[in-house]
Amino acid sequence: MDSIIEGKVYVLGDNIDTDQIIPAEHLVYDCNDDQERKMYGKYALSSVPEGQQGLPDGQIPFVSEGSYVSDFQIIVGGDNFGCGSSREHAPFALREAGVKAIIAKSYARIFFRNSVDGGFYPPFDSKEDLLSFFETGDQARIDMKKSVVENITQGKVCSFNPLGEIIEILESGDLFSYARKKGLIK
Amino acid sequence: MQFGSMTITEKILAKASGQSFVQAGQNIWVDANILMTHDVCGPGTIAIFKKKFGQDARVFHKDKVVIIPDHYIYTEDKYARRNLKIIRDFAEEQDLTYFYGAFTDKYKGVCHIALAQEGHNIPGTVLFGTDSHTCTSGAFGMFATGIGNTDAAFVMGTGKLWVKVPETMKFIFNGTFPKHIMAKDIILEIIGDYTVAGATYRTMEFAGQAIKELSMEERMTVCNMAIEGGAKNGLIEADEVTESYLKDRVKKDVNYDFFRADDDANYHTLREYDASSMRSVVAKPHSPDNKGYADEMQDVEVDRAYIGSCTGGKITDLKAAAVILEDKKVAIDTFVVPATREVESDMDKVKVNGKTLREIFIKAGCAMTDPSCAACLGGPKDTFARTQGLERVISTTNRNFPGRMGSKKASIYLASPYTVAASALVGRVTDPKEYV
Repeated sequence: MDSIIEGKVYVLGDNIDTDQIIPAEHLVYDCNDDQERKMYGKYALSSVPEGQQGLPDGQIPFVSEGSYVSDFQIIVGGDNFGCGSSREHAPFALREAGVKAIIAKSYARIFFRNSVDGGFYPPFDSKEDLLSFFETGDQARIDMKKSVVENITQGKVCSFNPLGEIIEILESGDLFSYARKKGLIK
Repeated sequence: MQFGSMTITEKILAKASGQSFVQAGQNIWVDANILMTHDVCGPGTIAIFKKKFGQDARVFHKDKVVIIPDHYIYTEDKYARRNLKIIRDFAEEQDLTYFYGAFTDKYKGVCHIALAQEGHNIPGTVLFGTDSHTCTSGAFGMFATGIGNTDAAFVMGTGKLWVKVPETMKFIFNGTFPKHIMAKDIILEIIGDYTVAGATYRTMEFAGQAIKELSMEERMTVCNMAIEGGAKNGLIEADEVTESYLKDRVKKDVNYDFFRADDDANYHTLREYDASSMRSVVAKPHSPDNKGYADEMQDVEVDRAYIGSCTGGKITDLKAAAVILEDKKVAIDTFVVPATREVESDMDKVKVNGKTLREIFIKAGCAMTDPSCAACLGGPKDTFARTQGLERVISTTNRNFPGRMGSKKASIYLASPYTVAASALVGRVTDPKEYV
């Protein structure tokens, strides 16, 4: 896992639930089929209400019409990001759409765990309210070692909480690689 | 708090981790008694299991991996059909003892209710399931929580998983609930008070005389929506009500523990409610914590009523609806979906004033179908009762997020079966108080 993550920011509000992240009608595609899995990228965040799509102004689809990958690589969210269902299709869809990191104020438990154990991307949580720190489209640079994120577009820097012990799982790749490294499974 | 004092959740997890004492905040490895999966998350779990443990890998125990298809059953969607075949083939290959295949005489319906009815809920044990509403089973004094496909694949191969021991928030209901109050009102009241993230990472435990007087089905509805408060698990101490439900359902040789909390156990929150002053709650769009009361919302028009799902499709729920709909006609489109085959068959046995529930629903003008999750979570376009446009639905289901029942332009109001049935008669949100 790279300790520097750079990309364009997409800003969302509080309580982004898994039905908004990947609506249930799309949970049918095979995650291992090269063609079918692209559908998860296509429909990532497709049920976010228009006014909430890319804050502060909204009306910016996360993935543009006809595309399978988003122009945005870093998601900034509010409280309780990923609440609702246990569907691992949610972090999977975000990663298929090209997400490299999320920084939210707080997470729902299962979504956070799935992001880490599946090794999809690091879910950072911030002490500060990043919704006023970023606008959708800003360029950002995350330094994991220093636990800071720079808003390159607006020229300011903000810190977030270190990942803590879960970093070992993310650095190993996923829960399986971690358990093998620790000798918990063969 | 003294060293050695534990909550019920701590006691269950201590036993499952082979330790005499665990404490909130500790990361521990626990043994799963059951891993449950279904048609939506089963295929992904199986793919990861095979990728990580090998094509010839065997599940950790063929009696302990339970597969219950329920989400996308009655649909022509080709991918949904394919997924039903993947889990069927896997169950056959692994010779699983408990596979409740779609379109067979073993088919049950909604997994959380089938787990209870088929005797898989064992007090004092740990259940992992690839569904966030797995916390329903906490009604049996057990630790039950939802996990993703990667975690489930890990459990499938090893029978183990790491968990952080949660702190407990205990909600105590003193006195007795008024007749028109149901489990849905109880849990929506709490979620409205504590928000959808108020119990994140914690146990929501429900206690007090009023909770003890609830049936197992009502207890399941309360625990089901612990996840809507963000909780890791919901929990109700097992007692004689639990015992009598289990009697004819659990195999004779299965042992279980009815854990009690120590008197000086440590709680994150202790909150008391007066059961007798409860009102009928309605969660307004688009969040389960957007609390309103039916008696203050009588000008809110609805054009569809939905009675079904794990929180609203059990026989207790359907009977409640039937009490209100008996000898009356619904004013709006009303859909009834029994949770399981057992509920469906009980609709022809359970009666209100001499009429079976099925007769009452037909006469009232309700549309009915076979048991499954149906429109609770939208699903494929041809799903029964799925919203397609601007519908305003009053529903016995557990979530009302944007797009939850299909159309993201629809508005979903969550309420008890009593409130939904009363509202169906009027076409507006209606307090069921005068009807029961």
